[in-house]
Amino acid sequence: MSGDPLVSLTDVEVHFEESQGLLDFGEPELVRAVDGVSLDIEERDVVALVGESGCGKTTLGKTAIGLQRPTGGSVEFQGQDVWDAKDGKGDVEVPYGEVRRSLQIIHQDPGSALNPNRRVMKTLEAPLKKWQSGMSAGDRRGEILSMLEEVGMSPASDYAGRYPHQLSGGEKQRVALVRSLLMDPDLILADEAISALDVSLRVEMMDLMLDLQDRYDTSFVFVSHDLSNARYLASHGGGRIGVMYLGELVEVGPAEQVIENPRHPYTKVLKWATPDLRVDEGAGEPPVRKIDIPDPKDPPSGCRFHTRCPEAREACVRDAPATEEVGDGHEVACFRTVDDHEYWSSPELVDDPSGGDRDTTSTAD
Amino acid sequence: MSTQKPRHTEDGALYRTSDPIIEVRDAEVVFGMDRGVSRVLDGVDLDVQRNEILGIVGESGSGKSMLASAMLDAVVDPGRLSGRITYHPADRDPVDVLGLSKAELKRLRWEDISMVFQGAMSSFNPTMEVRGNFVETLEAHDYDVEAGLERTREILRDLYLEPERVLDSYPHELSGGMQQRALIALSLVLEPDVLVMDEPTAALDLLMQRSILQLLEKLKQKYDLTLVFITHDLPLVAELADRLAVMYAFELVEIGPTEEILRDAAHPYTRSLLNATPNIDSGLEEMRPIEGSAPDPVDVPTGCSYHPRCPMADETCVEDDPEFLRADDGHNVACFHWQDAEEAVPFVLDGQEADR
Repeated sequence: MSGDPLVSLTDVEVHFEESQGLLDFGEPELVRAVDGVSLDIEERDVVALVGESGCGKTTLGKTAIGLQRPTGGSVEFQGQDVWDAKDGKGDVEVPYGEVRRSLQIIHQDPGSALNPNRRVMKTLEAPLKKWQSGMSAGDRRGEILSMLEEVGMSPASDYAGRYPHQLSGGEKQRVALVRSLLMDPDLILADEAISALDVSLRVEMMDLMLDLQDRYDTSFVFVSHDLSNARYLASHGGGRIGVMYLGELVEVGPAEQVIENPRHPYTKVLKWATPDLRVDEGAGEPPVRKIDIPDPKDPPSGCRFHTRCPEAREACVRDAPATEEVGDGHEVACFRTVDDHEYWSSPELVDDPSGGDRDTTSTAD
Repeated sequence: MSTQKPRHTEDGALYRTSDPIIEVRDAEVVFGMDRGVSRVLDGVDLDVQRNEILGIVGESGSGKSMLASAMLDAVVDPGRLSGRITYHPADRDPVDVLGLSKAELKRLRWEDISMVFQGAMSSFNPTMEVRGNFVETLEAHDYDVEAGLERTREILRDLYLEPERVLDSYPHELSGGMQQRALIALSLVLEPDVLVMDEPTAALDLLMQRSILQLLEKLKQKYDLTLVFITHDLPLVAELADRLAVMYAFELVEIGPTEEILRDAAHPYTRSLLNATPNIDSGLEEMRPIEGSAPDPVDVPTGCSYHPRCPMADETCVEDDPEFLRADDGHNVACFHWQDAEEAVPFVLDGQEADR
């Protein structure tokens, strides 16, 4: 192996053009789903991406596994530019087919990801037929049955004969996981993969992923809106948590550091929003000036969080903060991490009192 | 036919609260299915105390939504609801909800007990502006539209929304969080006493969920409401609710003051549920999944329906269905062995050790 990270994102930008609808021929609006994100994912790594819906975490995840072409920046797999490989540009060291096989995804809704008219065995045979065409039918079946056993679907031959509707939500998600695993991937994007499961099944599914990380050195990018699940997976997997806000990565670092010592005000807000079982303390007011997310088509100037940030000052309206390293592998984009920044001497933002104390300014998220 | 004795206990004293606004007795919902009779609510007895916030917690398919619908006699066909539901208004005689005419029921549902479901989009008429939805509701109930809209504006402001902007928008022009808040406003516009909410925030981001919960607490104070909040998310509702009721396999298995449930849950299922819940402040090692899966409504296990998954289960649990037992004042549990649950299913709420 070279010293390259497994996947390396450099200054990645994904902008979507959103047309106005059938009868509108005006300028299409630009949605900046991801803006200027750099992130390395190592072998046997776990990166949990968290943030509110519309923050770009899923788009970033899909970009990392080469499913979404970035409009700017680069995505490399083991040093090979993924989109150069796809386009056949330059010397392609890792062919695109190899990239596709190595980077897999499991979705939020396992039901819609499985063909309802196919038995589990048939669904799982497809990837093997494609990627290991030399395998005999008997070996293929043997491999599938042992993988089903591996993820706790026992007796495997019984499960292999079922249709998706004969499986519970958790079982469907396991089948989706097995399907990715049969490709022998290096990285799996788990896109809200446990959100639809019952609370009691979520931990089980995360434990399974950790087990696979341990056994096969599989890396995971785990997209979640729930900080406590992100923490569970990333901490146990020795990985990081990345916090996204309106297309930008505002804080990233070792899971326990981000949870124990969040440095970005938005991370603190997410932590507030994560319910816990303490009985003694009331949660109090939401620690944001506005509870609605601004329109991503028209993100605020300067630091994009300034319209909601409880700590925002005039400096935040003008300039966007650069990413600063605040600890080992812990990076934050907030002026408050810079001791001598002019932020500290700039006046605090005051909301317009005429419109009520917490008026909203956005139309949609 | 089952030869088990009915779950419903004759001694109603256990469920009774001091000033109930809704009394649910032996509520049962059955669906006839090809595969057999499906009992999706099984003999539930419950009081909702006036001005409390009651959290009803259960996993998907536990019957919690059926219980919510039952309170308003809103179980959808071909489901059949039986039992007794009594609504106690502050200023009139008690109302037998299941004995109401269609017109009376329609009035009860908006003016006395109002309901908010998950998925605001499907509750609004998408072809008219939000204002039209409010006007329609006010007119249908012969309310003064101008006064009603004035009240609407105030509630919308209470929910941190700009009244005119929201009223002038079509539902799809609002974000999910705004739609859900507008729907809460709609449910309050006819000044009900009780607001029953079924997973009202499940489709929303955590930050919006938490924010709405805070707002609900304020609304409850300001408009003198009783809130019933139904969710699969125990930690979310634990912060808001005065009492928690836990459902498993279409039955109520435990009910008590929130703090007591969190500190001293008596049912092994509740304790396992607490263990399975990721908790940002607790140690990472303490999270454990619950083994096995919830039963099919057509094929509920005999005896205590939790017995196949319960580490404490013995012969008694396989044969008999436990009735509610008193674990403490106002804290009831349907388990023969609740006194051993603490040892069999250890659970310590983080940061609470010192109190024990």
